[in-house]
Amino acid sequence: MKYFIKKLITLIITLLFISMLTFAAFSVIPGDASLTKLGTDASPEQVEALREQMGLNDPMPVRYVRWLKDALRGDFGESYQYNGTAVSELLAQRLPVTVVLSVMALIIILALSIPLGIISAKHSGKWLDTFISQVTQITMAIPAFFLGILLTYIFGLVLQWFQPGKFVGLDESVSGCLKYLIYPAIAIALPKIAMVVKFLRNSVLSEVKKDYVRTAYSKGNTKNGVLYKHVLKNALIPVITFVALIIAEILAGSIIVEQVFSVPGMGRLLISSISNRDYPVVQAIVTYITAIVVIINFIVDILYQLVDPRVNAQ
Amino acid sequence: MKVKKKHNYNLIIGCVLTGILLLMAIIGQFWTPYGETEMNAAAKNMGPSLAHLMGTDNFGRDIFSRVMIGSGNTFLVALCTVAIGAVFGTIIGALTGYFGGWIDEVIMRINDVILSFPSILLALIFISLLGGGTYNIILALGVLFIPSFARIVRSEMIRCRDLDFVRSAKVMGAKSFRIIFVHILPNTWVSMLTAAMIGFNNAVLAEASMSYLGLGVQPPQASLGRMLSEAQSYLFNAPWYAIAPGIVIILIILGFSMISEGLRKIS
Repeated sequence: MKYFIKKLITLIITLLFISMLTFAAFSVIPGDASLTKLGTDASPEQVEALREQMGLNDPMPVRYVRWLKDALRGDFGESYQYNGTAVSELLAQRLPVTVVLSVMALIIILALSIPLGIISAKHSGKWLDTFISQVTQITMAIPAFFLGILLTYIFGLVLQWFQPGKFVGLDESVSGCLKYLIYPAIAIALPKIAMVVKFLRNSVLSEVKKDYVRTAYSKGNTKNGVLYKHVLKNALIPVITFVALIIAEILAGSIIVEQVFSVPGMGRLLISSISNRDYPVVQAIVTYITAIVVIINFIVDILYQLVDPRVNAQ
Repeated sequence: MKVKKKHNYNLIIGCVLTGILLLMAIIGQFWTPYGETEMNAAAKNMGPSLAHLMGTDNFGRDIFSRVMIGSGNTFLVALCTVAIGAVFGTIIGALTGYFGGWIDEVIMRINDVILSFPSILLALIFISLLGGGTYNIILALGVLFIPSFARIVRSEMIRCRDLDFVRSAKVMGAKSFRIIFVHILPNTWVSMLTAAMIGFNNAVLAEASMSYLGLGVQPPQASLGRMLSEAQSYLFNAPWYAIAPGIVIILIILGFSMISEGLRKIS
């Protein structure tokens, strides 16, 4: 419990620190909401009046507290590029798509890399292990967006299993949406598999050396019995901490891959907002993504402690 | 560190691969078969042939020439970012690791937070503040690589600071500055080189991604990532336009990752 509270306090401090940093960074950028609202041919007096009215002349700490209060209620202001649509509304449309895509990518990564990692460890030093490590090293070198282009060409244009650029929304058809998202999910997942395979393989190999494995053998267990009933349980624990890193990588990958497949998610909104200098949207997405990464790290820390209480003792 | 009899294939293949690509990029800075922006209306979207080894794009520009120049830009960006990260990271890591104390604690906490984000994500945040372009990409990625170098140098410092050769240097009256940079740092070159290779790897990937998103190297300058995003519109008629720069990016990344694998086996 003490561990939990300590971690929770660290989480809140980190979140506040990051939000302060992004707020400060975005306030330094020249040009603000008053100019955008009035257009370029407004007189300086008009701009000044609106600035006063919107509270843009207040000192930064005051503006930060006000922004934080609004942000906690989910209000991130209005978008410039979409003529004053609420940023929260834009995010609400995009977030589910990115979440579905990320979850699919995570499932693919775990479904492929856990068996491959176990096989690698089982045959460590043999040709199968070398083969898996070489192949995953090559897939790791393929940038997700190039893999996306290759998948578009092979499955979209040659085999015509899906129509590139014709995204099916979740509200139109859930199965159609999932069928479309499977390709970007593969593009995100494949380059990340090598990391997990290598990590799991080394984790299993370091467990195998421990005393309890010898005990398990001496009790008459078979090799597979020891591996699946004893070793794997312990070897998978460190992988939990690794999942936080993978999720962050998936989020980063999805920003780029959404662009390749024209998926209307958070990433695509972020890129178009950066290109159009739509700062309220950029600021909101940056805050969202950093918060997600930090919170997932927090959850993983807590989970890790629940699974392996020895962490508490440190 | 003993020389092993078993061949270090990763290191050999990685070095050869990177060497060939680097040579191609350097030659590309002085000579290319066709001009970087030389258009030829009679040769649009042509497949690979003897005249155009990798074919031509939608403006009839020679893809091989543009790949040569583009990979030069990629190498340059990677080199500059790793240099920034290595220099500042080494200084920070060396000082905090050697002296310790609360500053060390605070800096390492900040490092941990930065390292929990993928570098592409942070680069995007930087670019959204600074705007796109080659120099901003170098600056953003360079700053982002400082923590990983700092962490490695710091752990080496902590490992070395109580070893006998450092103690004897202290006894002989060497100043802290001299001990850090003359006595300890030269011992850390293998792990620094490994870190540099991983840095190159990430830098190439991040540069290509940024250029693909239209936030990196600006047209008409050739860039591998940019070529890929242009190629996407002509994917059906000219798949080779996408494949050529894509394969080159893969080979560059593969070369660096094999070198770092190989180095890990040495240390």
